[in-house]
Order: sequence, then structure tokens, then C-alpha cells
Amino acid sequence: MSAAGTRSAGIATPLIDGVEKVTGRAKFTADLPAREALAGRILRSPVAHGAIRAIDTARAAAFPGVRAVITGAHCDVPYGVLPIAQNEYPLARDRVRYVGEPVAAVAAVDDATAQAALDLITVHIDPLPAYFAAKDALAGGAALLHDNKPGNIEREVRQEFGDVEAGFKAADLVREAQFHYAEVTHAQMEPDCSLAEYDAERDRLTLHSTTQVPYYVHLMLAQCLKMDASRIRVVKPFVGGGFGHRTETLNFELIAGLLAREAKGTVKLELSREETLVTHRGRPETDVRIRLGAKRTGELTAVDCEVVQRGGAYAGYGLVTILYSGALLHAIYRLPASRYHGVRAYANTPPCGAMRGHGSVDVRHAFESLLDELAEGLGLDPIALRRANLLEAPVRTLNDLQVNSYGLGECLRRVEQASGWRERRGKLGRGRGLGLACSHYPSGAAKPVHWTGEPHAVVNLRLDFDGAVVALTGASDIGQGSSTLIAQLAAEVLGLGVDRIRVIANDSALTPKDNGSYSSRVSYMVGNAAIAAAQNLKKVLVEAAARRLEANPADIECLGETYRVSGTDRTLAYPSVVAAALEESGPITAKGSYSTPPESQGGKFRGAAVGSSAAFSYGAQVAEVSVDEEMGTIRVERIWVAHDCGFAINPLAVEGQVQGSVWMGMGQALCEETQYHEGRPLRANLLDYRVPTIAESPPIEVHIVESRDPGGPLGAKEAGEGSLAGFLAAVTNAVYDAVGLRLTELPASPDRVLEALQAKRRTERLQRAKMG
Amino acid sequence: MKRLVSVSINGRRREDAVADNLLLLDYLRELAGLTGTKRGCDGGECGACTVLIDGEPRLACLTLAASCEGREVETVEALAAGGRLSRLQRAFHEKLGAQCGYCTPGMIMAAEALLRRNASPTEAHIREALSGNICRCTGYVKIIESVQAASREE
Repeated sequence: MSAAGTRSAGIATPLIDGVEKVTGRAKFTADLPAREALAGRILRSPVAHGAIRAIDTARAAAFPGVRAVITGAHCDVPYGVLPIAQNEYPLARDRVRYVGEPVAAVAAVDDATAQAALDLITVHIDPLPAYFAAKDALAGGAALLHDNKPGNIEREVRQEFGDVEAGFKAADLVREAQFHYAEVTHAQMEPDCSLAEYDAERDRLTLHSTTQVPYYVHLMLAQCLKMDASRIRVVKPFVGGGFGHRTETLNFELIAGLLAREAKGTVKLELSREETLVTHRGRPETDVRIRLGAKRTGELTAVDCEVVQRGGAYAGYGLVTILYSGALLHAIYRLPASRYHGVRAYANTPPCGAMRGHGSVDVRHAFESLLDELAEGLGLDPIALRRANLLEAPVRTLNDLQVNSYGLGECLRRVEQASGWRERRGKLGRGRGLGLACSHYPSGAAKPVHWTGEPHAVVNLRLDFDGAVVALTGASDIGQGSSTLIAQLAAEVLGLGVDRIRVIANDSALTPKDNGSYSSRVSYMVGNAAIAAAQNLKKVLVEAAARRLEANPADIECLGETYRVSGTDRTLAYPSVVAAALEESGPITAKGSYSTPPESQGGKFRGAAVGSSAAFSYGAQVAEVSVDEEMGTIRVERIWVAHDCGFAINPLAVEGQVQGSVWMGMGQALCEETQYHEGRPLRANLLDYRVPTIAESPPIEVHIVESRDPGGPLGAKEAGEGSLAGFLAAVTNAVYDAVGLRLTELPASPDRVLEALQAKRRTERLQRAKMG
Repeated sequence: MKRLVSVSINGRRREDAVADNLLLLDYLRELAGLTGTKRGCDGGECGACTVLIDGEPRLACLTLAASCEGREVETVEALAAGGRLSRLQRAFHEKLGAQCGYCTPGMIMAAEALLRRNASPTEAHIREALSGNICRCTGYVKIIESVQAASREE
């Protein structure tokens, strides 16, 4: 990039906001000083499905210390992340559709008063038939959750590419299996919280919130509060993780805004852990039936896949999820024919949404499990079978996904070697085994959910008298290190040290709009915008140096802290270059933007945009497990994972992201599940929703593979999601290697493992008896 | 009921009238203005509010402020003496033991308690000492590396 000067990209860099985090100085939403704030509280439905007959708030409103009481009557505008599927109100109107749905809210002088006031609200709800499983909601004659959605189907997808029947006919071996996946949730460490300040004198609202998508929150506040967007300011402070929970506007954010306006003041709405887990938006309970055909060589001939998801009570991202599940069958292996049938059902459980690996994870587990079966049936090594199906970039898939860089072959080679695959697999003795699986993920959805035609990302770099380069960005750092990445890229282009760059992010009054942190879009899109902005700023600086040094701009070398006339010793120090640049125009703002190239924006068929991306990351991993057949426990001893992120702008952060992804996959594979009884959440806390602790978390060895994507920032692609999905099948394939058991239900909790082992023994006994 | 409680917080003695049911977590965050200590759950589930009371790691969300009468409470804010990061803070920063940073103060305080009683912990010691602290970002790999690096620095 820079001819010389300090290198910043490709170097392991501690987070630029890390000092705040380790000292406790980082201010998360709940930490913001708000001594004058009223306390907000939400009253939630105890009924899973019902018609609201009456809500009496009179006694609550009259309670001393109460400043505002609101119900569904205070907002008659629905919201939702997808403009074509907005069917949710901040507070329920007429109907409630899950236990925990907000029905009223109070702002009072303190928490205790707000709670006491909630207890004075009476809600009369007539129960309606409620459905807690997709098959019950989809059954003929079921009552409708949404009158405009017959059959309780949120979205049904049928896609077919190539000649599927011919593909299966050409196969030497066909395998089919069914899988069931429990619902899982993000369980990010920071509970939800909003601080809403309403200025009644000027009719202005400022909202600080725990969000990954402040721009979408801004839009929904304007819509639901019927305020001009320019009267609203949205700020994202430090955010304690997201993983998809916060990729859409959530009801509490709108409720905070409504309460503050009603109270004509400031309201802090801090949700409990239980409320945060009920707000949910996680990965849906899913059933997958999948059939794969392959030739003797291992080459795949066709796939046929059916997916049913229990989406919960409202639309959210649902139709995107069910489309992703089909689209991402592709773009990882050569696949000559595919058929996909997806059904997203409404049910009376908290709404699902986007969760790390959005839409791809469960289907990838099913696919990779079946590849293992095919390999065994064909007498092939699982790695050899995958090698027989590698893509060669650039390539366009059957469903019009454009793959321009592809490091999966190298990923396989790295984990094969690191894990001692050839020498050790199948030879570790009963109870211990190795398993492998691969996965992939888009580097940003090519089309944003709220389509405006604008560039996908804009970064502004501001330069003023102090010589500091201030990067203004709307990209939401939620711990993944996006602000650090922006600083590194700007520094790299300008040849400056990272400490010359200051990043200001996520204040709608200051920073350019950004779609936010979801679909792994930030490194690729915002990264490219940051590079473009820095190049534009560098041009200004080079021209200024040329003027001062009385040389041609083409002859100026930017060495970061020094600018030089090429081939001479005539130089100008960076502060003087800045002064020269400002002399001409005053303070400078250089802008850079990024848009996904048209060829990467997907095909023309319905739903084609979902899955399309300028680039895909790839990963392969090997898990080593030990299985206790008496206890039904699976222990992951070690993971070797190779991730193709194109180019590691910050290798330290890439490692951290890959480790975190793999580990989150482990939670889903082994111990995490939400659970409801008649719609009541049974695990809405961090003891019963069991995320892995440090005691049982394995070493995760990360290998970074750099395939240099031609359109990526310095060749980079995503690193934060792609390696999650591979873990699930790596571990279940390892369990097969260890004890010969195929697990088709996740999480593989001890009760499920024991049940599966018993069923397997029973089958084996019956077979022996028959052979007799 | 309120009572007058005298407690040392990060080496500074203070006296406050606190309600009998006031949690140490709320006392620290609301009265003392020390928001480094985090609330991550509804009580005793996650470890994000770990502080030291007389040198022992304790959950501020399960401790009554009134029970701290005469005791020494240390929070993450105490560690960066003279504005410089402590060895654990530096290690968590440089080794990426903190991603989102929300569990970090509790994690660092639990690790601080460990290193004070065992200057050279094994990996098993570290896993045991931090087993009540949940992190959702890192998979714990770099947290273990951070504590190891800090212990080597002594």
C-alpha cells in the first residue's frame, strides 16, 4: 500500500480501545451517568397466545412517583428489520403471541416504584390456541398467529438448480438423514439496556443503546414515534457482545423512547438477564432432512434438502434465515444440482432472528455429517472426499453466488497436518476420536436489508490543526475489533503509526451512516471504505507537500512522518505537510465509500439476494474428543482450525474471532438450548442456559490461511462467523470415530447421547438376533 | 432500614447510609460511581461483578453492602496504580484476553485473587479459579494465555 513508512496492517495489534476495557473505564450503556434518569420497567404477557381484552393502568398512573405509563395504545406503527415483514409492535396491541411479550411499561422515580406500579396494572387476556412446535403451528386447522399468514407459514422457499433427479441417478452412493437442532441463543454478556433522553422543549430524542445497528434503531424510532429522523440522535456506547441479538431494533429500545417522550424526560431501561434472554432473536429450533449423492471418486452429484424452522412469534429476520439455509448449501463445494425446500413457521415462542453463522449452521452440520457417511460408504478418507469437491476460484455457483477467492484446499491441508490426521484418525482407541468438517460464510450481505441505493459503507477521515487523523465511522465495534481495523487500514495507507489515528464511532450526530455490524460485513465493506478515504486524504497531503516542496505530486513519496521528493533529500515533516494542506482549504474531511460490485449481488430469481456477497470465508477444523459411554459425556480435548480470511489485517483479532466462533459452535453442539414449557421459558438464566465455562473449554489452535480476495481490503475477508458452523459436525464426526455413533440431535447433552447409545445397542442386538 | 456503613473502597474509606437490602454491586455502581464492576445476570450466574473483599474474590451481586462494614473492597478501578496498567491488565490488553470487555473486570479481579495467593499457577489452577466467570467472546483461550503471561512477569 504505502511505499514506505510505518506498517500497520497484517500486524497483531491490541485493540485501540482495550485499555478502557481492562481498566473498567469503558462506558457501556448502563454505565452512562444519568442521575436524573427515571427507571423504566416493562410488564410482560404471562400468556403465550391471547386476545387482549382490557388493560387498566389507572392505578399505576396515579401511584406516587410514576411519571409515565404506556401500552400498545401509545404506538400504532409496526416495526421490523425487513421493510417487507414488519408485524411487531413495541407494546402488544390487541394480541399477545409469546410469554414475555411487552404489554405495558412504566417510568418512575426509581426501580422499586416502577416495579410497584407494574403490579398495579391489570391485564385481561383471553387465551387462544397456542403452538410451541413448528409441526403443530403448521398443522391443518391451526389458529393463525397472523391473519395474513395462512398456515402459520412465515415464508416457504422452493429452489431447484440443475437436474437433481439425474444427479441422484448418476450417483454411485446416495445417503439420506434427518437431524434435529434445539433453539440456541446469543447470551451475550451485557444485558439489554437503553438510555432515552427526550427534550420536550425542542422535541428531540437522544438514545444510547446496546445495539449492533444504531442506524436501523434510528429508522425504527423515527417510524414508531412518528418523529422526523433529524430530531433523533442515536449513540452506541461500548457494547458487551452481540452475536446477532442486536442486529435489529428491539422492542425495549422503542419502549425506552416512547417512555421518555411520555414522561418528558430521561428514562433508563435496564433489562434483567431473564428479560434479555426472552428478547432472544437467536437460532431457531430446526429440523433438517438431507439427501446427498456421490460418485465413487467422491464427487457430489446432487443434494436435496428440506428445512423447517420454528421462527417464533414475529417475522424479524426470519425470511432471510430460511433463504440463507438454502443459499449456503452452495459456494463451498462443487455442486452440480440442488433442491431446497424451506419452511419458516410462526409459533408462540420468543421471536428468533440472526445469530452468528446466520442460517448456515444447522444445515452445514447435516451436510458435513452426511459427507462423513458418504466417505465411509465409498471407502474414502473424509478429507479426500472433500478434496474431490473443491471449487476453483473464480467461479459462479448454480445459484449465482460469485466466489472470487477460495482457500478451503489449503485449510484442509493445514488441519490435516496439524492434527496428525493420517496417523491418528481411527487409531486412538475406543472412546477417543478425530472428526473433520468445513464451513464458509459471506463477507457481508451484498444487499443491505434496508435498500436505499447508497454506498454500502462510508468512512470519513478528518484532519485538523493537531495533525491527528480522526476516523469517523458508523461501524459498530461490539468487541470484534472493527475500530482497530479501521485505524490500522487508515494508518497503513498513510504510512503513519496506528496511534496517529483516533476513531470516533456510532454517534448519528457525528458519524456517517453505516448499516451496522451484521452478516460479517464490516471488515470487507467498511475496511474498503477506510482504505478509500485514506487514499483520498493521502492525495491531498501529497499535493500539499508538492506545493511546499515545489515539485510535481507524482514525484512525492509519502513516508508517513516524512514526505520526500523522490530521488532527492528534499523532505517535509508530516506536521508541515498537514499545515500546508490546511493552508489551502482549512480543516479537511476526506471521504471513502464502498459498494458491492454488481456481479456479486446475486441472481435474478426470487430470494437470490440472500447469500450473495463479494467474498466468502472458508474454514476447516478437526476436533479430538473423548466419549464416556457410561456417563454419556463428550469432552472436546483439542481443536485445530484453519480459517481463510483472505488477509489477516489484525492477526490477533482474527485468532480471537476464530477461537470465539469455534467455541460458540461447541456450546450449540454440546450443551446450549433454550427450552419452553407451554411457552414459558425454562432456561432464561445463565445457569440453565448452559454456555461452556473455562473448565471444559479446549485449546483451539488457529491457522490463518490467506487467499487474498481480489476485492477485499488488502485482500481480506470475514473472520468472525465462518468457523462456527464447522465445529458441530467436526465434533459429531469425531464421536463417530470414537464410538461409532452418529448423532443427529443437538445439543449432544448426556441424556441424548445415552439415549442414542442405547438405541444403537438395541439395533445391533436385533441385527445379531436376526442373523442368529 | 438504613444503617451507617464504613467501608474502604480501593483504599479510600467512606461512610454511607445504606439500606439493609442494598447489594454491594449497586452500592459500588450507584453510590460510589464505580461502574467498572458489571452486572451480567440476575444473581450469581456469571461472575462479571467479581470484586475482592479483604483480598478474596466475591460476587458483588450476592453481597450486601451492609455486610462490608469495616472491610476492604477492591474493584478493577484500583488496579491501574499511578495510571499504569497492572500486569494482568497489560496482559489482557496485549494478548486479547478482552474482546467486548464486559466480563473483563470480573475476570481480571478473579485472576488477581489467584495470582496473589499463587504467583505461578498451572493451567489447571487458572481454569479452576476462573470457572465461575463466563466469557462469551474469547472461548477462554486468550484469557488463559493472558493470566499465564501476567504470572510469568512476576
